Amino acid sequence: MLILALVLTPTFAGLAALAVRADPLRRALLLLTAVAHTGMTAACWVVRPSPVFNGWLALDALGLLFLSMISALFLAATIYGLGYLSREKQASEQDFEEGFLFTNAPEAIFTGCLLLFLAAMTLVTISQHFGLLWVAVEGTTLASAPLIYFHRHHRSLEATWKYLLICSVGIALALLGNFFLAVSMSGPSHESTPLLLGALVRDAPQSRVPLLKAAFLFLLVGYGTKMGLAPLHTWLPDAHSEAPSMISALLSGALLNCAFLAILRTLQVCAAAAQAAFCQQLFVWFGLVSMAVAAVFILGQSDYKRMLAYSSVEHMGILVLGIGLGGAAAFGAMLHTVNHSLTKAALFLVAGNILAAYKTKSAGKVSGVFRVLPASGVLWIAGFFAVTGSPPFGPFLSEFTILKAALDQRHGVIAVAYLVLLALIFIGMAGVFLRMAEGTPSSEMKTSTSSEPVLAVVPPGLLAAAVLILGVYIPPFLSTALHDAAKTLGGF
Amino acid sequence: MNVDVILILVVLTNLRLLGSSRLGASIRTVAVQGFLIGLLPLLAPNRDALWKILILSIGSMALKGVVFPRLLLRALREADVRREVEPFVGSVMSLLVGIVALGASFWIGQRLALPSPTTSALLVPVALSSILIGLFLIVSRKKAVSQVLGFLVLENGIFTFGVGLVQELSLLVELGVLLDVFVAVFVMGIIIFHISRAFDHLDTDRLSTLKD
Repeated sequence: MLILALVLTPTFAGLAALAVRADPLRRALLLLTAVAHTGMTAACWVVRPSPVFNGWLALDALGLLFLSMISALFLAATIYGLGYLSREKQASEQDFEEGFLFTNAPEAIFTGCLLLFLAAMTLVTISQHFGLLWVAVEGTTLASAPLIYFHRHHRSLEATWKYLLICSVGIALALLGNFFLAVSMSGPSHESTPLLLGALVRDAPQSRVPLLKAAFLFLLVGYGTKMGLAPLHTWLPDAHSEAPSMISALLSGALLNCAFLAILRTLQVCAAAAQAAFCQQLFVWFGLVSMAVAAVFILGQSDYKRMLAYSSVEHMGILVLGIGLGGAAAFGAMLHTVNHSLTKAALFLVAGNILAAYKTKSAGKVSGVFRVLPASGVLWIAGFFAVTGSPPFGPFLSEFTILKAALDQRHGVIAVAYLVLLALIFIGMAGVFLRMAEGTPSSEMKTSTSSEPVLAVVPPGLLAAAVLILGVYIPPFLSTALHDAAKTLGGF
Repeated sequence: MNVDVILILVVLTNLRLLGSSRLGASIRTVAVQGFLIGLLPLLAPNRDALWKILILSIGSMALKGVVFPRLLLRALREADVRREVEPFVGSVMSLLVGIVALGASFWIGQRLALPSPTTSALLVPVALSSILIGLFLIVSRKKAVSQVLGFLVLENGIFTFGVGLVQELSLLVELGVLLDVFVAVFVMGIIIFHISRAFDHLDTDRLSTLKD
């Protein structure tokens, strides 16, 4: 029953939030649902819930890992969001970049869609049926599109349109991939297999390999669009830079992982059919191309939110590269998923604080964050070192695990390319981040008495602390879960 | 009615869509196509119970033949925009692309070694050509409404493929897919309405502020 409650609680809360008129009541509902969801997820760590609906919904090690990240980030974003929503004016507001007036979407729609977004992401993590998984992934797109269009002006409209159209087309191709998957498993000799993960893995050795490969390609392109793998990432920087920062944090830290999970499910089936090598080769290519594209756009990027978005493209590249290398790198990729989610969510939340104080997304116009916003400044720099993979933060450990695996497997060229790209991205980001944090603030910023609300600092602070802890100590329960997850992907 | 006849009619609607210069006519063409596609589950050999097939068939006909066109026509009326399609690629070129896509689909369809005997030899080529033409419509048309129509043609192609070849996808999933498509078009309709208010037009090529 717990597994059903995980999806149904945010669904009903979301529908209720659409109807509730009083702001305080709706915000209380949002917070309550987020806390309840986190509580239920924590309970799943203690007692793994049993499957329901003939195994359509079940929680395995991989699903639980991703579900926990979603739940934790959602709680952090919600606490941040309570402060954010109370500061956002409901009347018309002035645009930071171009100075025109715009209004926000009604808060009821925002909160409702936010909760439905949580429900859809939860469904992704517990779906064992490929059709249901597809429905859930498309559901995340539809629930999050109105969130990106919270500030109603032409730039967010453009971002939303691109997001909706590009992701819908991508996901449509994934549906075609699902059909190919079903066809590859059916034949005159044996009864066709239901699209359940367990049954597919069982029957995969008898599948028709060419059709299975076609299915994998369509699913990779389809879900890869959503995950933001270059060159399919074109929607990502726009959506991340125009959405409110708490939404960017969820998109980057939770939504991209959902698409990654869908790709991993496909890999599980292909690996059972002894086609892992074919998939992994593609993963390595997609990984390196994503990192390269991200490096090109990060060098010389002037918009700091876009820079964070391209950094997400980079890290998605690292994840698929790790999975592509396999072995110990699969464990590294799982660990990196956790590290990246926490780090990037913290950075986007801090970026929201900077944006609120400086009223510009242009990195060149921001200086002296240390003096104007001391706590955010410290977190900004800590986040910078974490996201570029510097010790002692968690991403260093996971990126190093992947590098070591590449060297152990004698993939020298891949290891060198990986290191060069990481170095380029470090240089590109260092210039922008350090310049923003140091220096003297402009005279108008000095006189402005912009204090930092507690709710805007504590959530990213806790996330950053978690990243720091993961860099020096991985708790045994997490380590076991990561190894279990890596094992289902053929790693160790 | 025969499956072949329906599939040929689907090809004709695709070609009409490529050559059409009026938005209203395009929306109606896609409505006809949606209706035709909705008939397919009734005619394809299926192991499912009759009531399941009826729900799927009637559901998709109602959505694609009635609800979507009404929604889009309403968006068009409220947006009060010029009714031409305004393609990046002219109608003659578009038709040529459509013919090439059709030829390529027949070629691929023959090479694709599908295990189960399909309902009709035309099924896979027509499904593939709809997918290709849908993708082409999305990239070659300026108006947001036309791009939604392209998305629907793509979706119809995939639906055709699924109905003809996959007997295992359960009703729940099929309905989930339909629901997702419905919400997608609904949200797109709302966004189109906002685009027309914010820009006084529906041309997506002017949605180009965001770039590096």
